[in-house]
Amino acid sequence: MAEDQERRPAGELEASVLAALWASDAPLTPGEVQRSLADDLARTTVTTILTRLYAKGTVTRDRAGRGYAYRPAQDSHGLTARRMHAELDKDEDRGTVLARFVSELSSEDELMLRALLDGGTGGLDATGDSGGVGR
Amino acid sequence: MIYAVWVPLLMPLLAVPAARRAAAWLPPRAAAWTLAGFSIGLATSSTAALVLLASAGALRLPLVAAFAHLSPPLLGDDSPALLPASILAVLALAAGAVTLVRTGLRQRREMRAAHAGSPDAADELSVRPDELPYAYALPGRPGRIVVTTGMLRALDAREREVLFAHERAHLRGRHHLFLSAAELAVTLHPMLRGLREPLAYALERWADESAATATGDRALTARAIGRAALAAAGTPGAVARPRTALAATAGPVPRRVTALLSTGATTGRPRRALRRAPVVALLVCAALTAGTLAEAAYDLHTDVEVAQGEAQIPR
Repeated sequence: MAEDQERRPAGELEASVLAALWASDAPLTPGEVQRSLADDLARTTVTTILTRLYAKGTVTRDRAGRGYAYRPAQDSHGLTARRMHAELDKDEDRGTVLARFVSELSSEDELMLRALLDGGTGGLDATGDSGGVGR
Repeated sequence: MIYAVWVPLLMPLLAVPAARRAAAWLPPRAAAWTLAGFSIGLATSSTAALVLLASAGALRLPLVAAFAHLSPPLLGDDSPALLPASILAVLALAAGAVTLVRTGLRQRREMRAAHAGSPDAADELSVRPDELPYAYALPGRPGRIVVTTGMLRALDAREREVLFAHERAHLRGRHHLFLSAAELAVTLHPMLRGLREPLAYALERWADESAATATGDRALTARAIGRAALAAAGTPGAVARPRTALAATAGPVPRRVTALLSTGATTGRPRRALRRAPVVALLVCAALTAGTLAEAAYDLHTDVEVAQGEAQIPR
């Protein structure tokens, strides 16, 4: 397991930890972060990453019992984000050089995707895709 | 030369469908390189053909002829179509140059705007507090992953790793350069527009396959992409947005998910000879383009030398 952590660059682990903090509604202790990650990281590794993120000012922390609970540092980005969206949307129909994770779905795409995912996870929600609208 | 020069200009009629066909079964990485390579190659060769055509006409102008020390009547190939064709070539070159510069500037503006939105350079991950599920790779030194809280919350921890691996593949592979090159190529030859959509798709598939390798789980990768797309579609803001030309073409997301869920890299497996046909066609296109371009250039060069040689005799 220690080898596993060795193989992943520190920056990638920081991204995972930071994402876990942002995805949570409440501040998380190192133990909670450790449990909410996809990888099996040692508790000490998680603590090290959190300390590093705190030193950079990316996260803030409060006393929680014997240790700390961490949450992402909220700054003035909310407004910038809105402005950025407006900027990107404006250029959308002309094509952008920023590749987005997922493009938009048509309603047929959405039905097809739901059927695919249900089939893939064994949800057995067998939707006959023979042109029937169904839902 | 007046005939050979048209081949590079009209080649996209043949090469674009062949490249699209080849990209459909090539592995994503090879498909992306092929599509980007042909975009650049065809744009360059058609521009070179226009330059030749324009120069052939320009040499008939007394002023240019005097400057080049040649005698216009002795230039071969005096067909009546040459002059109008040269004028059109000059206009096409001018229009191409203007749109090329404008598109290049717009791309830079777009990149700057995105960078201005993410000033905190300390972290690889740049999180935007926004409920709209949204994520993309922001190229730079170092490259960043921009993601909204809406997207992070729509996915579980393992699916988030897929997202990150996907965006890291975009950054590592410098995929924005492919998209940028293909867009600039279209400004030089509008018929190359048909290569952009398959290129964008090939780049997404390339990143998807990288994510599947990084996480070691194809089904998980497929699920993450599907759930992210459904989350984005379920947001009112996303529905209100105008449909893009890219998204309107036969649903790329379901195709990506299907490709990941099927074991092979390609869905349909046509016979070997059938799969080879588009690649052979592409190679023929490339050879023809290069050959005719060289011939046209050589012809023009010979014409000029003859005209120069003859012009010097009376002295």
